Amino acid sequence: MIKIENIHKKFGKVEVLKGVDLHIGTPGIHAILGPNGSGKTTLIKSILGLVIPDKGSIKINGNNISHQWKYRKNIDYLPQIAQFPNNLKVSELLNLIKDLRNQNTRDQDLIKLFELTPFLNKKLGHLSGGTRQKVNIVLAFMCDSPLMILDEPTTGLDPLSTIHLKELLKTATKNGKTILITSHIMSFVEENADEIVFLMDGKIYFKGSTATLKKNTGMNNLEAAIAELLKENHA
Amino acid sequence: MSLNFKHCVTVAIILLLLWSVVVTNAKTIDVCKLCDHTTIRSGVEFASSGDTITIHQGVYKENELIINKPLTLIGKKESILDGEKKGNILLIDANYVNIMGLTFINVGSSYTEDFAAIKLRKTKYCRIENNFLDNVFFGIVLEKSRQALIKGNQIKSNAKDEFNSGNGIHLWYCQNITIDSNALYNLRDGIYLEFVDSSTITRNISKNNLRYGLHFMFSNYDVYSNNLFQNNGAGVAVMFSKHIQMFQNTFTKNWGVASYGLLLKEINDAEISHNVFEENTIGINVEGTNRINYFANDFKSNGWAVKIHGGCYLNNFKQNNFLYNTFDISYNGKMNDNTFDNNYWSNYTGYDLNKDQIGDVPFRPVKLFSYVVNKTPETIILLRSLFIDLINVSEKVSPIFTPDNLIDNQPLMNIYRDKN
Amino acid sequence: MLKILKYSFYDLVRSRWSLIYFAFYITLGFVLLFLNNDISKSVITLMNIIIVLTPLIATLLGIMYYYNSREFIELLLAHPMKRSAIFIGQYLGLSISLSISLILGLGIPFLIYGVLISTVIFDFLTLILVGTFLNFIFVALAYNIALSNENKIKGFGYAILLWLFLAVIYDGLLLTLLVVFDDYPLEKTALMGSVLNPIDLSRILILLKLDISALMGYTGAIFKNFFGNSMGMLMAFAILLVWVVLPVGRIVQIAKRKDF
Repeated sequence: MIKIENIHKKFGKVEVLKGVDLHIGTPGIHAILGPNGSGKTTLIKSILGLVIPDKGSIKINGNNISHQWKYRKNIDYLPQIAQFPNNLKVSELLNLIKDLRNQNTRDQDLIKLFELTPFLNKKLGHLSGGTRQKVNIVLAFMCDSPLMILDEPTTGLDPLSTIHLKELLKTATKNGKTILITSHIMSFVEENADEIVFLMDGKIYFKGSTATLKKNTGMNNLEAAIAELLKENHA
Repeated sequence: MSLNFKHCVTVAIILLLLWSVVVTNAKTIDVCKLCDHTTIRSGVEFASSGDTITIHQGVYKENELIINKPLTLIGKKESILDGEKKGNILLIDANYVNIMGLTFINVGSSYTEDFAAIKLRKTKYCRIENNFLDNVFFGIVLEKSRQALIKGNQIKSNAKDEFNSGNGIHLWYCQNITIDSNALYNLRDGIYLEFVDSSTITRNISKNNLRYGLHFMFSNYDVYSNNLFQNNGAGVAVMFSKHIQMFQNTFTKNWGVASYGLLLKEINDAEISHNVFEENTIGINVEGTNRINYFANDFKSNGWAVKIHGGCYLNNFKQNNFLYNTFDISYNGKMNDNTFDNNYWSNYTGYDLNKDQIGDVPFRPVKLFSYVVNKTPETIILLRSLFIDLINVSEKVSPIFTPDNLIDNQPLMNIYRDKN
Repeated sequence: MLKILKYSFYDLVRSRWSLIYFAFYITLGFVLLFLNNDISKSVITLMNIIIVLTPLIATLLGIMYYYNSREFIELLLAHPMKRSAIFIGQYLGLSISLSISLILGLGIPFLIYGVLISTVIFDFLTLILVGTFLNFIFVALAYNIALSNENKIKGFGYAILLWLFLAVIYDGLLLTLLVVFDDYPLEKTALMGSVLNPIDLSRILILLKLDISALMGYTGAIFKNFFGNSMGMLMAFAILLVWVVLPVGRIVQIAKRKDF
């Protein structure tokens, strides 16, 4: 599905990705973890074409994505920060994205699920952070694309919405989608992820299931296992 | 008593006789292709003093035709005198000659002589009316003549260069001449006056002439009014003259390098009032003038409304309207005793708190930038830029280059209009 | 692109800034006309304002709009859209909404005061057209600056410097150059120098309307040819168009390579 070969990326003098090879072939939830500044977001953005790697290639379904844009029809993206034009209404934003994607969408169900109906005619600038994140999630899930990329999806969500999000993710996996997630909430990852990709200093440090990671580090929960990985690295 | 009566009868009889002689002798002579006289020359030779010659339709090839007795020449429709480019057409050497309704074409040109369609030499009481002159060198020339009326003529040519073109109406050593309602196009000077005194120039239109629409040299006590001067090299030049009155004329679209609506050079004691100067490169160019009153003129959309060079004393600008000129006043030399009070300036930004219709802050009509442009003409391209506005403002606040006292102390708040 | 244009336009015409900008022009128009009660005089005052303020506002709003919609751009970029379409769409949306503020803001008061039947209708139209061009040019320049500077403070700084340079300093330098070297024939330099700065060029276009009498007094043949016929006018507009096209081209180029 996604095949990343030897990508490098420098921002100024800082080398963020130093030769990342990653192959994601199976459906399911793949969590990309790593300390701050390890290159998670850059990696995700490279797949989306937001960041253009200095070197290396990224193939999705066998096609090189460099300077392409049509392949994004098959990707849904949930950005980390939900910032929208302040003067657009929620409904207008939804319409805009539908308009852009020109695909069948299931926004009505999602709006109901996240109880956004009363906000549809409000301007985005007047919404609270949590509500905005809900809108963000609706936007990401409404197109039902085979590949999903979620950057910190739980930020600012109330518990009920977090539960809805988990359910959505479960259904998506069941439907055979490939999902890439970054998150700081280890419990969330442990509960949902099928595979962990651990990134550190611009390289992939570990790739495998949570069970393997725990076994390798000799820890019995993910958080401790990750901490162990970091420790090993610095030793 | 009876003697007196006898006398009276005798005088009456003599007068009656004289009158009958005049009446019977004043005849009308027709000139046409089938008439007794087929050329004007033969008509003129046949005629005696006081006769009228009617010239019927046709082209008459005439040149150097001298009229030396009082005659009236009247042209019927399309009676054309063709000079065939050979010298003058009509030469008038007598008093009381009237030339009316004729067409003159093809006057000869020369570098040494002023060939004209009609030339009056040492005449009195002549009238030149409603003639049409085309393709002339000089149009109507008056030399040492008096009390002439030149009215309703149209004079055209196709002047290309100043050195081989002539003037429309050209006066030299004349007095008491009236030049009224003529139209002058494409000549060197529309009207030229040299040593001409006590004359009136009114209601003429002078357009597209190479040099000046109207040109005074060494002429005094003249009046010109209600004329239109448009698109000439310069509108009107008044040089080395005294006591000229100029009112209600329009000077417009005199564009170009050193082009002005009105040029004043070495003149004294003039009145300039109720004129309109519109869209000229320079409205009035002033050099060495004394005791001139400028009153109730409109200066509108000129490059420079008034450019004053040195040597001027007692020039008073009062109640004029300066409207949207690029530069209102450009001033060289000392302030002397010239005044600029009581005018309306569209560039004035002051206020009138006591509502007396006079601005409470004085107005400085000279901008620093006008000095910069005088020195370095290319800088005109920076006109109205923010930088230039800034240096103008700084000069306004503390004048360094502009004369300190060149100020309108009582600028009007509204456009000035008097009863005329 | 049209979709982006449509939405950023909707977004902008309802934003506080567009309203303030519109309100500014409409107040300016009415105040000028009320104080002067003379359309010709107002047109001249207006020219000074348009030449100076329109670029400043277009630059600042352009910079601000880009930085404010930075995240939204990211969101859009993740959708199947061409990059250039997003930026050009936004650029046009902003330029058009600013221009509409200008056209309506000044148009309404002048229409009410009867500009249509006045003699300055063409001067006024030139003014509006030039103002519109300046909007398009300076929003494009602002986008160039913003795209090249992630740091907002730096971006604003450069934008203000750019404006200050083109609106004031440039003319000061040109004036100094012309005055210092006034023994040399500099009319070509003067003309070229002015044509290369879009603010100067716009000013000259308006000069051609307001001050033609003074301009015709200049001796140089090049000036005369430029100012004396409609070629000058056409050429000036053509160069203004280049001033739009080049920065927009650069926006497309930067957008292609940029990381978000």
